[in-house]
Amino acid sequence: MALLQIAEPGQSTNPHEHKLAIGIDLGTTNSLVASVRSGEAKVLPDAQGRYHLPSVVHYGANRTIDVGFDAKANAENDPENTIVSVKRFLGRGLKDINETYGKLPYTFVEKENTVNLLTSQGEKNPIQVSAEILYVLKTQAEQTLGGDLMGAVITVPAHFDDAQRQGTKDAAQLAGIKVLRLINEPTAAAVAYGLDSGQEGIVAIYDLGGGTFDISILRLNKGVFEVLSTGGDTALGGDDFDGKIVQRILANAGVTEELSAKSLRKLADLGRKIKEQLSDVDSVDFNIDIESQQLTGSFSKADFEAVIADLVKATLRSCRRALKDADVEKEHILEVVMVGGSTRVPYVREQVKAFFGKEPLTSIDPDQVVAIGASIQADLLVGNKPDSDMLLLDVTPLSLGLETMGGLVEKVIPRNTTIPVARAQEFTTYKDGQTMMAIHVLQGERELVDDCRSLARFVLKGIPPLTAGIAVIRVTFNIDADGLLSVTALEKSTGVESSIQVKPSYGLEQNEIADMITASMTNAKEDIQARMLREQQIDAVRMMEALETAMTEDNAIVLDEERVVIEQAIEQLKQATQGTDGQAIKQAIKNLDDTSQPFAARRMENSIKRALTGHSVDKV
Amino acid sequence: MRFFDLFELPVSFQLDNELLLERYREIQKKVHPDHHASASDNEKLLSVQKASEVNDAYETLKKPLTRAEYMVAEHGFDVRHEQHTIRDGMFLMQQMELREELEEIESATDVEAAFDRFYSDVKQLINEYTAKFESEFNQSSFESAADAVRKLRFIYKLKEEAQLLEDKLLDF
Repeated sequence: MALLQIAEPGQSTNPHEHKLAIGIDLGTTNSLVASVRSGEAKVLPDAQGRYHLPSVVHYGANRTIDVGFDAKANAENDPENTIVSVKRFLGRGLKDINETYGKLPYTFVEKENTVNLLTSQGEKNPIQVSAEILYVLKTQAEQTLGGDLMGAVITVPAHFDDAQRQGTKDAAQLAGIKVLRLINEPTAAAVAYGLDSGQEGIVAIYDLGGGTFDISILRLNKGVFEVLSTGGDTALGGDDFDGKIVQRILANAGVTEELSAKSLRKLADLGRKIKEQLSDVDSVDFNIDIESQQLTGSFSKADFEAVIADLVKATLRSCRRALKDADVEKEHILEVVMVGGSTRVPYVREQVKAFFGKEPLTSIDPDQVVAIGASIQADLLVGNKPDSDMLLLDVTPLSLGLETMGGLVEKVIPRNTTIPVARAQEFTTYKDGQTMMAIHVLQGERELVDDCRSLARFVLKGIPPLTAGIAVIRVTFNIDADGLLSVTALEKSTGVESSIQVKPSYGLEQNEIADMITASMTNAKEDIQARMLREQQIDAVRMMEALETAMTEDNAIVLDEERVVIEQAIEQLKQATQGTDGQAIKQAIKNLDDTSQPFAARRMENSIKRALTGHSVDKV
Repeated sequence: MRFFDLFELPVSFQLDNELLLERYREIQKKVHPDHHASASDNEKLLSVQKASEVNDAYETLKKPLTRAEYMVAEHGFDVRHEQHTIRDGMFLMQQMELREELEEIESATDVEAAFDRFYSDVKQLINEYTAKFESEFNQSSFESAADAVRKLRFIYKLKEEAQLLEDKLLDF
């Protein structure tokens, strides 16, 4: 028989009791992995001591897959097979990609539920490409930490929609990572900043990365990180700054011809280099061969600021909107924290400073802070800190709505609602004998269906054939702590379960559908109980008030011993009403009814007597 | 679950928002899914449900309009989901005047001043009907209290429309 091991308080006999968990910042340009070790959150370096992994995947001709620095080295030689900034394609349609990014050095293949990239190793979808990056980070972390991981917290831009979040989660699953939670990048940054600085109050996190922009307004209070509002743009980042530089150079040189993938990649790299150098110098000379032409010239800081002015202005518009949504004045912002590599651009810092009227905080490492925040959350989620008081209260960035008559969207859950959230909406049939109903779920702020992102289409089947308007279908929308949506449905009038057929715009799986139906059955029971309870409570209040009024009015006819038992019964009912037991309330109501019966009877007689007396007095 | 009970607050329109926030945080620290992340699936599901309920209760009580709506709903007047036509001629007249004022803002010489004026008018009406709701509710005249809430819904809706217009006109 094994002896029990007893540890000294605060000490562990088993070092593996500290569960290994990581935080991953899956960025557009670079990705990082961090972990809490010996109580300190740190970014984990690779074998060469490098702290970041370029988010680049190269599919080689000999079936090799390179990720990171090696892949990046290939970008210029083999642009079609070197996927850069894949995060921008996650959860998006081809039309969307073309409209947002223009000419890219890839061959896209449109599928029913996704857009694939054609490589020398066949079609790869953005989820698979992302999984390659995650796999490298996971392996690196396992080697550094020396053990199996319990799971990971992965960060996503706050403004990611449902499809982009689901895509990230699916990528992690493909990479064999257990996702503890998806958290928003600015929220992760706030956690790292807040715990480090110990500040309390309202902070703004301005997060401008390679491909996305987020602004989040948070209230920090005693370990609680409460997101008041968030805003942003999932297609605005440093890559777009590079693109603007390239556009200007091409326009100045009068280049209008179709460019090869190689030239496009070369130009994008040139744009990035010019941008980076302009942080330190006032002008950059360039000399580049594209196709048959040689482009030479210089690009000044003033040129750069002119081409990105509109983009920066767009970020400030999001800031104003977020402040308004949070109902916070600029003056009440304690600190503006700059996150993301693109906040290194001096013009961005100047503009943010001018907007908020205060010097933004740039002292924390804008590249590492997100991964560090994620690792702190991961440490908490695996249970390494059972006594922690930390709490993240995040919001949903986009409104969730339903298609109604005439292609309009009716909002069910408005943006900036704290998650998790559950909201129900009731529908009825519009034709006699209708047994099916189609429901279209959308995400976005605009009024028209066409202007919002389509999330899913549901067909409710098995509705009992009744007269139009009689069947009531209750559809409940749930957004969980990862910001992901699920839907349950129930036909109320007959209690008949409706089956749900899900035709998602981006993958929901079969077993999830089964879960939804099970969940809708439990919801049904709760519903009936909740309504019963409310009815009982209302009855109880009504009865007590009526009785108390009566006893005041007819105080004289209440017998002393009767008064004691009635007051006891009222007290009991009051107690029951405070609780959530509908049956107990019902019982207490009946008890009060029985107890007060003699008084009620007497009061009745008395009132008749009085009426009669008054009548007879008149007569006399 | 009754929302006021959840936060151990008296059923009253007058509410200590700081106290509500404090109690909300304390409850979420117990029920939030982040504190049940390594628990069984059932417990996780329960935690999500509970946290959603607590969020709902907090959101509802936090804002004056939803708080008032909730208070009359507890007495059987579901003003959020009912089909009800307001027949109060005086009130409808007021609404029409406000709507006209809103429509004229776009062509005003000083748009911001016009918005300020409009919001001040709206605020006055909100105060008026909130006071009416409160006094009717406190006298247990729930029918009349519900009527005041219906009117408040109208006014808040108008305020929302004004904010949308403001965003559009003032370059958001």
